[in-house]
Amino acid sequence: MVKTLLKSVREYKKPAIVTPILMAVEAFCECLIPFFMSQMINESALTGDGAMTHILTYAAILLCLAAVSMTAGGLAGKFAATASCGFAKNLRHDMFYRVQKFSFGNVDKFSSSSLVTRMTTDVTNVQQAFQMCLRIAIRVPLQFIFAIAMSFVINPNLAWIFVCVVPVLGVLIFLIVRYAMPLFKKIFKKYDALNNSVQENVSGIRVVKSFVREKHETEKFEKAADDVRKDFTKAEKILALNAPMMTLFINLAVLIISFFGAKLIMDNGAGGDFVPTELSALITYGVQILSALMMFSMVFVMISMSLESGRRIAEVLEEESDVVSPENGKTEVADGSICFKDVSFKYSAAAKAYALQDVDLEIKSGETVGILGGTGSSKTTLIQLIPRLYDVTEGSVSVGGVDVREYDLDALRKEVSIVLQKNVLFSGTIKENLRWGDENATDEELERVCKLACADEFIKTFPDGYDTYIEQGGTNVSGGQKQRLCIARALLRKPKILILDDSTSAVDTRTDAMIRQAFKEEIPDTTKIIIAQRVASVEHADKILIMDGGKIVACGNHETLMQESDIYRETYEVQTKGKNSEGGEA
Amino acid sequence: MADEKTFEQKPRAIKPMRGGRGMPVPKGMIKKGTLGRLLKTAFKYYPWQIVIVIVCILISSSGSLISSLFMNTLIDTIIPKGIAQGFEAAAWDLTALILLMGGMYGIVVLATFFYNRLMATITQGLLYRLRTEMFAKMQTLPIKYFDTHAHGEIMSTYTNDTDATRQLIGQSIPSLLSNVLTLVISICVMLTFSFWLSLVVAVSTVLMFFVVKKIGGRSAKYMIAQQTSLAKEEGFVEEMIKGQKVVKVFTHEDEAKEKFDEYNEKLFSDSKKAHIFGNVLGPIIGNIGNFNYVFLTIFGGLFMLTGWTNYGFNNVFVGGGLVTVGVIVPFLGMSRNFSMIINQISQQVSMIAMGLAGASRVFTLMDETPETDDGYVTLVNAKEVDGILTETEERTGVWAWKHYHKADDTTTYTRLRGDIVMDMVDFGYVPEKQVLTDVTLYAKPGQKIAFVGATGAGKTTITNLINRFYDIADGKIRYDGINVNKIKKADLRRSLGIVLQDVNLFTGTVMENIRYGRLDATDEECIEAARLANADDFIRRLPNGYETMLTGNGANLSQGQRQLLSIARAAVADAPAMILDEATSSIDTRTEALVTDGMDKLMKGRSVFVIAHRLSTVRNSDAIMVLEKGRIIERGTHEQLIEQKGTYYQLYTGAFELE
Repeated sequence: MVKTLLKSVREYKKPAIVTPILMAVEAFCECLIPFFMSQMINESALTGDGAMTHILTYAAILLCLAAVSMTAGGLAGKFAATASCGFAKNLRHDMFYRVQKFSFGNVDKFSSSSLVTRMTTDVTNVQQAFQMCLRIAIRVPLQFIFAIAMSFVINPNLAWIFVCVVPVLGVLIFLIVRYAMPLFKKIFKKYDALNNSVQENVSGIRVVKSFVREKHETEKFEKAADDVRKDFTKAEKILALNAPMMTLFINLAVLIISFFGAKLIMDNGAGGDFVPTELSALITYGVQILSALMMFSMVFVMISMSLESGRRIAEVLEEESDVVSPENGKTEVADGSICFKDVSFKYSAAAKAYALQDVDLEIKSGETVGILGGTGSSKTTLIQLIPRLYDVTEGSVSVGGVDVREYDLDALRKEVSIVLQKNVLFSGTIKENLRWGDENATDEELERVCKLACADEFIKTFPDGYDTYIEQGGTNVSGGQKQRLCIARALLRKPKILILDDSTSAVDTRTDAMIRQAFKEEIPDTTKIIIAQRVASVEHADKILIMDGGKIVACGNHETLMQESDIYRETYEVQTKGKNSEGGEA
Repeated sequence: MADEKTFEQKPRAIKPMRGGRGMPVPKGMIKKGTLGRLLKTAFKYYPWQIVIVIVCILISSSGSLISSLFMNTLIDTIIPKGIAQGFEAAAWDLTALILLMGGMYGIVVLATFFYNRLMATITQGLLYRLRTEMFAKMQTLPIKYFDTHAHGEIMSTYTNDTDATRQLIGQSIPSLLSNVLTLVISICVMLTFSFWLSLVVAVSTVLMFFVVKKIGGRSAKYMIAQQTSLAKEEGFVEEMIKGQKVVKVFTHEDEAKEKFDEYNEKLFSDSKKAHIFGNVLGPIIGNIGNFNYVFLTIFGGLFMLTGWTNYGFNNVFVGGGLVTVGVIVPFLGMSRNFSMIINQISQQVSMIAMGLAGASRVFTLMDETPETDDGYVTLVNAKEVDGILTETEERTGVWAWKHYHKADDTTTYTRLRGDIVMDMVDFGYVPEKQVLTDVTLYAKPGQKIAFVGATGAGKTTITNLINRFYDIADGKIRYDGINVNKIKKADLRRSLGIVLQDVNLFTGTVMENIRYGRLDATDEECIEAARLANADDFIRRLPNGYETMLTGNGANLSQGQRQLLSIARAAVADAPAMILDEATSSIDTRTEALVTDGMDKLMKGRSVFVIAHRLSTVRNSDAIMVLEKGRIIERGTHEQLIEQKGTYYQLYTGAFELE
């Protein structure tokens, strides 16, 4: 996982390597500074002759060290920022690019909100942990080693005391973290559940209020919140041991050193080679060791926490698209003929039931085909196999006489235009949205396809016409308007096969009929597949498929089906009951 | 009723900055008195714990002072004595001092431990209370609040803002308290030893504050810019990923990537700057501390050599003294402490600002005005004996309005029939834009009333008014002859089952979701309701039948299946009246016919309001209202309206378009 993530460092390798080096310089200076400070105020030197020279010499050294430390620290800060922000940028970039490669199957696997969280919160967590690593994880052990080394320089006999304390502390920190980590993992899960319940409540507030379930919801939430509180308190109480315990051990070491240090000085008497200022320097190093250890445990906790985020990111980066374009795939689609041969399909290998079973189907280029069927009869599944949004589990689908798996994906999808059931307009003007179909389309072309899709009439009534701004999700146009814009967008591609997946459900019969008429006259060579709820939408098709439970149960034109298919006849009768005298239906 | 644009018809969500993760903290977003209110809340729930925490913080922050006093005594008194008279002479003094120190350190460690543990309890307890209070409050807010606030924004109050508040309570405030205490102690000690040397410290302190203001200010500026770019990128990603299937169908991946890179680059540039300024601050402040130390030593040495008269609290009343090693050494120790603390405080400034901004938003949500409810007429189960209605506990299928009359201290019971009258109702979501004008309608008990009209004509608005999600501007709505304003909102809503076009399911099993309609319904009743809604069939085919877990708003169900579930949920509620708002729009016509049959049986004798754009759905209604631009332009039965050859007729024959 770490390896997958680190691949995204790329051009920020240099700052990522320079930072720890500079941090090491800073840590080195920071270790020397207390040593020279103690030298500068060395008691004997302060009172003796030439005290000022002594002070100024050390002052010069110290100022240089401080300047070096500041420069190194500042530069390290800069490089660390560049490296970690760059890393985050590349991670987001790689994830987004990976998602663009996803097949429909991959998209179904990750919910969109989870993908967004992965690209934001999770990346931010990893970015912070990465910066921590660069700045602190290298520096802290160094500071630790330097401090111990300096203690040995000052007095090897006394420095041993620190060395003895450290392993004990190390083990204790390890135990605390090991005990607390699983708790935190549990908390994060409960935390997610808590947020999820808020989310559901906010978006379902009309349901909550109309069923008068405010109290029920509050109780549910209180329970979830209390769960989080209990576990969080427990975990934090364990972590609360961390700081005092470390202080305790280091203070113990300091006291022991003070005792033996003082004894040493006294035993040596005046003029001995171990002086009181050195004792205080030794104690300063003791404090440095302590803070290094504390930092280390903090970094440890933080990195372990970000591991979960890292795993979630790696999951996206490592996800292989299950529909890939073949190398040197065919780029020319001969015509709009379609052939399904013994096709069976299920959404995942683990699924028990097939969504489609034993489908055989032959559609000639330029034909109009209608598909009818109840909720969940796999109509959508069937047509999604044509532009290879999913791959068949068994059998084969061919377009223009060639198996869809042999085409270059982009080329295939350019010729098979599909208007999805759950269609989306993007924020931007109507023109921009339409040009998704063809980037280089002229205004005249836009108008032409809009006329075909009966969209021109309402676009012209907007104050800004084709430059009207569409809000995110197309919330400022009605359902019927949205559907017609989506049809126009698909028409702009001039596809060989056009598929409408229940795309005129919010459009009235008259307009629906006009659109179909326009299709017939303007794009006679395009194969048209229309999924509909309304019989009227498919009544005049060359061929009508009736689907039920993942199978094609009947196939034929209106007249044959009226005789042969009960479902068709029944649907037709329900929809036209009592209104034959008046005409259609809206 | 030609196709009509519907801009600004519904209350639009105000989206200042998209919510979601990492909400920005714009300046000025911190409400006055936030800190005080937070502390007051904390005191309310944990008075004695907080007192103990403060005492413990006092003790633990005096630790550094104790250490320096210890070193002072050790070096100034005991070691010279030992050097002069030998170790044995000073051994007892040394041991006593070490033991005393050991004891003191022990107390400090215990204090730290206790305060850390107590803080865990206080922080989490307080967060729990803030969260639940916020949530309970949110349940009382009017629908208008949810319609006018982006949901991401509300969510962000529960996630980012609560997290920021946690940081503030659990970490920033205690460590700031401890830092300030230590700072005060250090200043006192420094002033005790020497005024002159303190002046040197003062100079460098001013320098530090200047640096913090300059660099810290720029860091904060870019931090905000970073949050804004993050929100923008998040918005883009969300839109693209939600429309990922469309992107694929149009092979629009490359354009999406290109645009994404623009957002990503901007975010990178802002966050890089924010982090650089943040990172650079520490080393600069820290080394100003080192410079300060060096200059102090130089000045100290100079003072000593020149025999400068030193004033400090310890000698100012006796006319001052000389600068000695005994002054310089502890002073230097203190000044090091001092600059370390300033460094720590400087690192916390942005955290505190973020925390306060978060807490402000939490309090803002808590301060929202709740839905008002002056109603006093309640809904009760009733039974009729000899033509007289009496209140009863059990479900009888008969409901009555319990109406208390203050004037003559009597209580009357009115049978619930579902007789709804709207009389000259005017309404607008915002005062400037009237959505309904002079709407008058009546639903006789047991009738099925349908609303037909284009999007934005006001169909859903009417139902929003009947259950009082919104209050009317003018006119009257009566329910069984009672003004709806007099009916308790909860009871009014309980009397109306609602099925909305957008289905919201909750995490839980299918059974639990159906039972949401009536919490005390038995499994059999839920299954019966599912059968009625024609949902039983598909539920049984789910992996675990009725015990199948639904997550993500029923993500693994089709839109039609979700609508069937929501109908089952309303059916189990068994309400005396029902509103179906495009409830069957995603269900195929055959299934719809079956569902409608079931519902008609259930609702026999009760009032039903139906909104639909499929005219076949509403054809068998007792009355059909045709709405246009907030007015009812036609009413009557299907046959009557066809006879009239008006708008409905044209709609029906396909000459006009709906939606």
